[in-house]
Amino acid sequence: MAHQILVHAMSSGGSTTVEALIKHPMDSGFVKDKAGKIIPAHYIEVIEFTHKGKIVLTGYWGPAVSKNPFIKFSFKGGKSGDPIGISWVDNKGETAATSSNIM
Amino acid sequence: MKLALIVLASLWAAPLAQAASQPDPAADLQGFQGYFLKRFPKVPLAAYVNGPYNFSKSERDQWKQIIEFPPYAFAVADGKTLFDTKFANGKTYASCFPNGGIGIAQTYPMFDAKTGRVVPLGVAINRCRVANGAAKLSLTTGKLADIEAYMTSTSDGKPIDVVVPHDPRALAAYQAGKEYFYSRRGQLNFSCASCHVQAAGMHLRGDVLAPALGLTASFPLYRSSWGDVGTLVRRFIGCNKKVKAEPEAADSTAYRDLAYFMTYMNNGLPIAGPGARP
Amino acid sequence: MTEIEGLILSAPSRRTVLAAVAAGTAAGLMRPALSFAAAAAPRASSYPAKAFIQHSQDATLQAMFGTSSVTASADVKMDAPDIAENGAVVPVSFDANAPKVTAAAILALDNPFVMACAYKIPEGTSPAIASRIKLGKTTKVVSVVQSGGKLMSASKQVKVTLGGCG
Ligand code: HEC
Repeated sequence: MAHQILVHAMSSGGSTTVEALIKHPMDSGFVKDKAGKIIPAHYIEVIEFTHKGKIVLTGYWGPAVSKNPFIKFSFKGGKSGDPIGISWVDNKGETAATSSNIM
Repeated sequence: MKLALIVLASLWAAPLAQAASQPDPAADLQGFQGYFLKRFPKVPLAAYVNGPYNFSKSERDQWKQIIEFPPYAFAVADGKTLFDTKFANGKTYASCFPNGGIGIAQTYPMFDAKTGRVVPLGVAINRCRVANGAAKLSLTTGKLADIEAYMTSTSDGKPIDVVVPHDPRALAAYQAGKEYFYSRRGQLNFSCASCHVQAAGMHLRGDVLAPALGLTASFPLYRSSWGDVGTLVRRFIGCNKKVKAEPEAADSTAYRDLAYFMTYMNNGLPIAGPGARP
Repeated sequence: MTEIEGLILSAPSRRTVLAAVAAGTAAGLMRPALSFAAAAAPRASSYPAKAFIQHSQDATLQAMFGTSSVTASADVKMDAPDIAENGAVVPVSFDANAPKVTAAAILALDNPFVMACAYKIPEGTSPAIASRIKLGKTTKVVSVVQSGGKLMSASKQVKVTLGGCG
């Protein structure tokens, strides 16, 4: 259950709204753990959203994006059943990807 | 808007007589809910489950945005996976609960006539594990909180329905929980009621103090300051520490009884857990 | 210390999300990386790393957009709380009423690094994005939008109080 991405994509009136919640610690590198040791920075750097393979949004994130990031945006077009792809890569080179269908 | 206000606020009458001779939960319930309804006439009964958000528009607006895609969604998803995972003996959690564990969270904490003790949902989950050969989990956070989040989500909106049966042991547990709630403790010498009854709706540093009515209805909770989901017991420990009192053990009779009393006082309110708080 | 109009939550989205999560329809998305061929990982090399280590608005915009010249505009609407209920999770969104928006950025001027996040916005995608960011202390938050190559912005002071003990 390490790299989950929850997606809600809904089309209405000729456009599609995408909401996603991405499981990631987004450690800033400024916070100490209970033992007083700095928790190293660990955050998503690039996240990409596609609709039927075409990029509809690229996000560049830094350590100031909240833990388990949320994002909401919309694009023109899209209909029920179309695939929405989400993929990310973080500063440690870890990646995750998922696909969901527009409702 | 600091501690001084709380002192001023103690001028308000407490909703319940502190030294009842014979426990009368039904009468207490009426007095307790009636007190808050009268004090905050703009807040209907069912809205109390939203705690601090009845007292700060700015907090409420942020919360509404946050629960559009709530941060506890992962806990619910992970909790479902755990809930559906078989124990080594092939059974699942569903085998331990009425209705397979779905839509029953509103009936906890439950009095167990066999042991004569109060069983909150977390304890019931651990009992189920032990009965099926698995080790107990932490009652405050992590996997057990996730399972509780999932189970509670299947009771979303159901009226809380905690029963105190006519059993002297159940009445005694209820009474002990009530006494715990109204007893002053810790270096600051505050009771739970000092903050959540007398000072309800006021600010304590950055926080709005949620009224005792509705206080248990959104658990387990995702607190942004925790960064994950925690159980009611986790909050009890936090609130004990806040007044510099020694917290009880997570599994203690004291916390079970306290949860019993507090949740009984919320009878009729809708389950709103898992919830999100600052 | 007085109540506001009590809210009985009829949060349809919360319900839908919970229901979908419980049913495994929104949530059944736990595939680890690489097992899912259709969506390749984005290229980390496109990351504007330099823009994320600057300590001023000018330096950040320069690194991100190649210019630090920006005009405050009523055509950029921004939503952020007056007082953050918790600095760790502050909902911030912008909505630009402008043609040919190609990129946007959210800055928090008093954070250790000014840049919180940035977006590349292709044609067909609305220049309106909501996300949640961390604020270390009370700060001005700025939404910058690149429209036809020019930068326009909206800003708001967000107060961060200490809260949440226990
Ligand atoms: C010094 C004041 C203070 C005292 C005393 C206190 N609490 Fe709290 N409690 C708080 C604050 C502050 C919060 C966080 C804000 C809020 O939600 O009310 C809180 C939150 C809670 C919550 C979570 C409610 C929610 O919606 O987030 C519960 C449950 C709770 N307290 C129970 C108790 C119990 C039980 C006791 C007695 C053992 C107690 N508190 C004593 C200050 C106090």
